[in-house]
Amino acid sequence: MAISVRNVQKRFGDFLALDDVSLEVPSGSLTALLGPSGSGKSTLLRVIAGLEKADTGEVFIGGSHATELPPHRRDVGFVFQHYAAFKHMTVAKNIAFGLEIRKRPKDEVRRRVAELLHLVQLDGFGDRYPSQLSGGQRQRMALARALAVEPEVLLLDEPFGALDARVRTELRAWLRRLHDEMHVTTVFVTHDQEEAMEVADTIVLMDRGAIVQEGAPQELYDDPRNEFVMRFMGQVNRIGEVYVRPHDVEVRLEPNGTTEAAVVERILHLGHHVRIDLRVHGGAEVTAQLTRDEADRLELVPGRPVFVRPSRARTFDDGQTAEPVEASPA
Amino acid sequence: MIIRLGLRSIALLYLAGLLLIPVGMIVAHTFSNGIGPVWDAMSAPDAVAALKLTLEIALIAVPLNTVFGITMALVMVRREFPGKALLSALIDLPFAVSPVIVGFTLILVYGLNGWFGSWFIDQGSPIIFAVPGMVLATIFVSLPFVVREVIPVLREIGTEQEQAASTLGATPLQTFRRITLPAIRWGIVYGVVLTTARCIGEFGAVAVVSGRVIGQTQTLTLRVSQQYENFDHTGAYTAALELAVIAIVTLFLMNLLHPRKDH
Repeated sequence: MAISVRNVQKRFGDFLALDDVSLEVPSGSLTALLGPSGSGKSTLLRVIAGLEKADTGEVFIGGSHATELPPHRRDVGFVFQHYAAFKHMTVAKNIAFGLEIRKRPKDEVRRRVAELLHLVQLDGFGDRYPSQLSGGQRQRMALARALAVEPEVLLLDEPFGALDARVRTELRAWLRRLHDEMHVTTVFVTHDQEEAMEVADTIVLMDRGAIVQEGAPQELYDDPRNEFVMRFMGQVNRIGEVYVRPHDVEVRLEPNGTTEAAVVERILHLGHHVRIDLRVHGGAEVTAQLTRDEADRLELVPGRPVFVRPSRARTFDDGQTAEPVEASPA
Repeated sequence: MIIRLGLRSIALLYLAGLLLIPVGMIVAHTFSNGIGPVWDAMSAPDAVAALKLTLEIALIAVPLNTVFGITMALVMVRREFPGKALLSALIDLPFAVSPVIVGFTLILVYGLNGWFGSWFIDQGSPIIFAVPGMVLATIFVSLPFVVREVIPVLREIGTEQEQAASTLGATPLQTFRRITLPAIRWGIVYGVVLTTARCIGEFGAVAVVSGRVIGQTQTLTLRVSQQYENFDHTGAYTAALELAVIAIVTLFLMNLLHPRKDH
C-alpha cells in the first residue's frame, strides 16, 4: 500500500518539527527516512502512524484518507527503538496481541504465532518473558508482533538504534531479506547513512523539518543536491569551493601538471582500505582513501612528500551559502 | 560480614520493638483469660455492629478511592492543563490536614447549622452523627494513597507500550484494560492496601462526625477506645485484634495478585 503525505506541518511549542512536508512512498518499497537528530524524521513517521497529529496537511494510506483516523484504525505496523515490549506478557502473547484484539479463532492465532516465531528465529522462546530476551531478540519479537496482523505498511522508528554493532548489522540484512520476501511497504527511520544505504531502496534525507533530497542511495551519494547532502552521505574534503570524496583523491609520487604538492601527516589502516591525512602545500588538510595495495605500492610514511589531485569533484553553484554541517561518521 | 549481621540485627530489633512485640502483646492480652471471654466480647451485638460498620465503610470508601485514584493518576501523568500543580497540592491536602479538622469541616458543611445540613436532615437522612458522614470523612482522609502510589508507576512505564497496543488495533479502552492496568497493578495493590489500612484504622475524623452512638455509629477503632475507657480490657483487645486480622487478610488477598513471572 502506498503512503502519501501532503503538506504536513507540525509544531511542538516553538519548535517547527515538520515544515510543509510532502512525500510519496510507492507500494512495496523500502524507504529510509534519514537525517540528523531533530530533523523531523521520527515525527514524520509518527504522523504517518497516527501517533502524532499533524497541525495541517493530509496523510493517505493505500489511497484512503487517514489524516483523522486514530492509530488503531490505520492498519500500520509500528516498531519502536526501545521495543515497547508488553512486559507482563510472554513472547507468544506479545505476538498474538493484535490477532486477539481482532478476535481471530484460537487455533489460527496459535498457528500464526508459531509461524512468526519461526520467521523471526525465536522458535522455542514463546513462553519466555521479554525481560528474559536479549535486545536483538526483543526487537525481533516486536517485529513479529507488528507483522502478525499483516499490516498495510510497516513503520520502524530507529529499530536498531539501541543494539550493539554486530547485532545491528545482522538485523539490517535480515530486514532487507524479510522485505524481499513479504513486499510490505516499509518505512524506517535512521540517523545512520550507512544503514540507510545498506537497507533501503529509496532514501529520504531530512534536515530541520524538511526533505532535502530523496532518491536511490547511489543518487544521493553521487549526485547530492547541496553540501548538506554531500556531507551527510559520506566523508568529504572541502578545498576552496570544491568538494571531493576521500576515495576520489588521487595520490602520486610524481607531479603531472594538475597535481598539487602535499605531505603525508598520518596513516590509518582500516582493514580493506587505508586513510591518509595529508597537508596540501597551501596549508589545507585533505583526507585520501586508498586501497591497501595502492598504499603499499606508494610506500607512504608520515612526512613523505607526495602529489595529489581530485579525480572527481563537485561544486555547488546554486548560490546557497555553505553552512557548517557536522559530517556524519564514516 | 559482621557489619551486615549487625545491620540485620538492628533492623530486626527495630521491627520487633515497634511491631512484633506490641502486636504480640495484643494477642497475649486478648487471650489472657482463655478463649471464652474473647468469643463473648466478639459476639456481643454492639461488637458485631462495630465490625459490620467498619467493613461497610471500608467497602464503600476503598473502591471509590481506587477508581478515583487511578483516574486522577492518569490525568496527572498523561494530561497537561493549567492548574495541574494546584490540583496536585489539593490531592495531598488530606495528608496535611489533621483528621480532627476534617471532621469539623464536615460538620460545618453538613451539620445541623451547616450549608446543606438541614436539607439532608429534612430528607430524613442526616449526614452528621450518621453513617454517611463517617463514610465521607473516611473517603477524605484516605484519598491520596492510590493516586500517590500509581503516579510513579505510570511515569515509569511511559507511553510506548500503549502506543504499540494502539498501532496493533487496540481501542483506548482495550489498551487501558490489557496494557495499562496490568502494568500499574502493583501501584494499585499497594495503594489499596494503604487505603484499606487507613479506612479501618481512621479514628479522629470519624470520631468527630460519628457522635459515637454505640451499636449505630461506632466503628471498631472507636470501640477500642470506648471499651478501654470503660475498663473492658478484653473488649478493647478483642476489637484491636479484629482490626489486626482485617489488615492481615487484606495484605494476604492483595498478595494473591502476585505477578506470575514478569520480574
